[in-house]
Amino acid sequence: MADPILNISGVTKIYGRTVANDAVDFQVETGQIHAVLGENGAGKSTLMKVIYGVVKPDAGTVSWQGETVDIASPAEARRLGIGMVFQHFSLFETLTVTENISLAVEGSKAELTARIRSASERFGLEVEPDARVHALTVGERQRIEILRCILQEPKLIILDEPTSVLPPQGIAKLFETLKTLAAEGIAVVFISHKLDEIRALCDTATIMRGGRVVGVVNPAEETSKSLTQMMIGQEIAEFGTRAPATASREILRVEGLDHVPEDPYAPRLSGLELSLRSGEILGIAGVSGNGQGALMRVLAGEIPTPPDTVILQGEAIGATGPEARRRKGLHFIPEERLGRGAVPGHSLAENVGLTTFHSGLLSSGFLNLRKRRARAAETIEKMDVRCSGPDAAAQSLSGGNLQKFIVSREMALSPQVLIAEQPTWGVDVGAAAAIRQRLLDLRAQGVAVLIVSEELEELMEICDRIQVMFRGRLSPAVAAGQTDIDHIGLAMAGDFDELEATHG
Amino acid sequence: MARLALEPRETNSIIAPIQVAALALVMTLIGGAVLFAIYGVSPLRGLHAVFVEPLLTTYGIGEVLLKMAPLLLIAQGLAIGFRAQVWNIGAEGQLILGAIAASALAIWFDGTGSPLLLPAMIVAGMLAGMAWAGIAAFLRTQFNANEILVTFMLTSVALQLLYYLVTGPMKDPMGFNFPQSISFGQSALFPTIIDGTRANASLYLGLVATAVAVIFVRYSFASYKLSVGGLAPGAAFYAGFSSKRAIWIALLVSGGAAGLAGVGEVAGPLGQLQRNISPGYGYAGIIVAVLGGLNPIGILFASAIMALVYVGGDFALLSVGVPDAVTGILQGILLISYLACSLLLTMRLRLVREAPV
Amino acid sequence: MDVLIFMVSGTLAAATALIFAAMGELVAEKSGMLNLGIEGMMATGAAMGFVAATVSGSYTVGFLAAAVLGALLSAVFAVLTLVFRANQTASGLAIGILGLGLSSAIGKKFESMTLPGVPDLPLGPLAQIPVIGPMFFQLDVMVYLSIVLVFATWYMLNRTRLGLTIRAVGESPENAHALGLPVLWIRAGCVAFGGAMAGIGGAYMSTAYTPLWAEGMIAGRGWIVVALTVFGTWMVPRVAFGAYLFGSISLLELSIQALGVNVPSQLMSALPYLVTIFMLALISRNTLFIRLNSPASLGATFRL
Repeated sequence: MADPILNISGVTKIYGRTVANDAVDFQVETGQIHAVLGENGAGKSTLMKVIYGVVKPDAGTVSWQGETVDIASPAEARRLGIGMVFQHFSLFETLTVTENISLAVEGSKAELTARIRSASERFGLEVEPDARVHALTVGERQRIEILRCILQEPKLIILDEPTSVLPPQGIAKLFETLKTLAAEGIAVVFISHKLDEIRALCDTATIMRGGRVVGVVNPAEETSKSLTQMMIGQEIAEFGTRAPATASREILRVEGLDHVPEDPYAPRLSGLELSLRSGEILGIAGVSGNGQGALMRVLAGEIPTPPDTVILQGEAIGATGPEARRRKGLHFIPEERLGRGAVPGHSLAENVGLTTFHSGLLSSGFLNLRKRRARAAETIEKMDVRCSGPDAAAQSLSGGNLQKFIVSREMALSPQVLIAEQPTWGVDVGAAAAIRQRLLDLRAQGVAVLIVSEELEELMEICDRIQVMFRGRLSPAVAAGQTDIDHIGLAMAGDFDELEATHG
Repeated sequence: MARLALEPRETNSIIAPIQVAALALVMTLIGGAVLFAIYGVSPLRGLHAVFVEPLLTTYGIGEVLLKMAPLLLIAQGLAIGFRAQVWNIGAEGQLILGAIAASALAIWFDGTGSPLLLPAMIVAGMLAGMAWAGIAAFLRTQFNANEILVTFMLTSVALQLLYYLVTGPMKDPMGFNFPQSISFGQSALFPTIIDGTRANASLYLGLVATAVAVIFVRYSFASYKLSVGGLAPGAAFYAGFSSKRAIWIALLVSGGAAGLAGVGEVAGPLGQLQRNISPGYGYAGIIVAVLGGLNPIGILFASAIMALVYVGGDFALLSVGVPDAVTGILQGILLISYLACSLLLTMRLRLVREAPV
Repeated sequence: MDVLIFMVSGTLAAATALIFAAMGELVAEKSGMLNLGIEGMMATGAAMGFVAATVSGSYTVGFLAAAVLGALLSAVFAVLTLVFRANQTASGLAIGILGLGLSSAIGKKFESMTLPGVPDLPLGPLAQIPVIGPMFFQLDVMVYLSIVLVFATWYMLNRTRLGLTIRAVGESPENAHALGLPVLWIRAGCVAFGGAMAGIGGAYMSTAYTPLWAEGMIAGRGWIVVALTVFGTWMVPRVAFGAYLFGSISLLELSIQALGVNVPSQLMSALPYLVTIFMLALISRNTLFIRLNSPASLGATFRL
């Protein structure tokens, strides 16, 4: 076995009362594609931050090319030859591709442009050097991120969940690039929680759980099931087979919806059509940034549209606001939990009133604080939200717990239509399973559920029908049982015809 | 080994704002001491002159109460808006408009002795302040014009309007061409509340405003909506709280309160409309609101402290001979100290003991 | 023709203080820092510049002292917002209040004194050209330096690596930090530059334009400077144009009085503020345009 280029031993990092990394050992070799696998909160990000110099470990050593080093900052990491591609791109929308790259890479504009062109050919990363980033797709943006990383001539590249933002075809292309990189002698660290990908791409996988390394394996020799077991520490309960949708009655309908969003860089919505029935889950698939956000805001009532473009139970509600829609039984769980679904600095008691104030918490313009507190306590209890109580500030909760709180809050008002945007994004496995179960329970009770998600697997698992969103347009709905990931993937890249064909 | 670490607070502490204000006050005292030393005055004598002397005589206490009234009114109004991140910095102009409107009534109905005159002046002053602030609300909601800049510009316009009126239409015809109006009759003046002082009943307006603010902030739905909008605009959108309504409420309430403060000045210590109505109460009110932690009770104490700095500055001018610029500098230091310390409102310092590695 | 000469040369002089302060504020805002304390920094610069020039007998010393004090005041703003993460609006107001107090303390003993004023730059034959000469070439050195500053600021922001870095930090300090750019230092540097320029702008008022020191002499110019960055939608040429527009408006007051038109002087004095309000409403109503051009992180607290 070759000497590892990166050798981490006994790294421990403690935040307050949580141990994010507990005596972690981790080795990467040159030319290796090495997966780091684990659920949210397993300590993957903390470990990567230690490697990239963002956080300083409380104990343990990092050695690089055989020498013990103290990586004090990302700049230091880059000097050593460690590059990182973040899940949330650190690109500047108003700058051009070249300008974005030049912020991290030395050299004159002409030099850089030439280097960008040659590197993009070599690694199959097509970009237009003079384009401004705001006009580019997510896939193009990722290519810039990777290019920017490569041009710094690293010996090790870390990619944090790089496939979560790509359509299936884009993933295949990314894998080509990563294999070329590895063949050129660059070590690649690939963070993911998608087991199929890891088994297809990686030579080695380090599996983390609860801040510790629980195994180093060759993923090709493992099954998805065995990997999952190591990741979670137990077998996850399969969903009970669910009754076929008894959907009949149309509850929510969108007709000929056009909208030009306020954000000049967001796609405009055109000619959207959808129909949501009681007792079904309708999924909206698509790479994020294709207009899902605006569609959600339109459906929630935050953006008014012509009245007859949104019809709830036969009533034209396009012009009504969020509060009026909640009174009519339409509830919305936004993607952004802190700052949208909840006020970060407010207590949970205050936050429970954000959407439920009209349900007995108010009398003639004054708040009933006692009742509100009791409501918060109920909300916390119903979904087992881990927190210090109704007085805990929303920002002190973990992402999963806050999401459970928000879901619980909206459920308490017995919605007739529930719209959820990325309901399990960034949520640990336990909370995600609980949330999915709640959505299925609602469906069983005859509620109409609409879910927007980037996770195709999740949609295929719980939805009855799926529509795909691409550049502000929405494909016709197909039954989840009558299509497959490949066809949905094509539609995510803009080819709606194939999808319709499968529907027959 | 142990070190101090900053970490976010889990729950919003009730004691923290008091600690922060106290810390800011201590820092201001230190700053003041340095300032006096620069002026060649013994720091202790200087601080004594500013912070203690005014409280030793009935007259001094009366002066503090007199200055506290407008500060309290203005700050209670401004705090409502600041909580919603609507920054009305033109309370000075709204105060002037309130003073002008009240004076107009006092001049027109001079000599009638009607008991309704003072109440009418109060209402007129409040409405005028609201109207002046309403211009900013209109421009912000209709044209997206930044209310900070508009309210400031409107203050400059209000000053020019005042100069025009006291040298023209509202000038005392028998006043030897001095830029001031006639002296108001007794029925147009607030009664004094402590004999031998100038403190007058306009302070009661401030106290009533405080009581209303306590209830409004803690229990009203409207205030909850304003604070959601201020802390997380996205959450306000999501909940369906109108940001336009928040802007109107914030500006009308603060404008009305500042207008009332203007009435208190012309119908109080001045007894007439003149060029200099306010020694910067509108700006000092911003400091009072922030120093009070945007909390109505906190503002009550903060207004007393700020009034003391105003009166103390005058006392220091007489007793130790430092210029009145000291007042302005102390105000600035007070606000800066508070802002620096306010990090401790959301974070706390904790002693972390580290096991040896 | 005399009126035209007076208007052009007068506008150039009247706009100079605004240009200095506005270019400084523009750079600070481009990095995401909204410093509302310009009024206080200009006032302090005016007092300091006047006092230092009077005492030392050198205008250069006056401008340098004003620049240093302006930068120091703005450093307080930088520390409050970057280290203590205080709200930028409140911190700017605090600096404004402190600056006004400081200016009156510094200038107290020099009230009602005058200086001869910064002399015109001897441009020899250029100054002798009929019409053009008195219009453009009989002005003091600071007027020309302010024009140089406009070009330099444009070049720096749009054509240099430093400018690119500043714009990147202003758009997203989080991303800039992730790339390893020294966000806090860049922002602090931009704010200090803004403070120094505001100080020089203030000093120009007291040592060249009027040239005397009086309390309240900045008279809202600091706030007009903040408004100028909005009118100019954060673009150097537009901001400079706005400054000259306001320079000409302040001359209008003098010209109309000279022409003997019967308008209350107070209305003329209020004119710059009324025009500011009008322009602000006119420009801001196009929210898309504002959104496209304003630094995306402007005024927001950056947490590491």
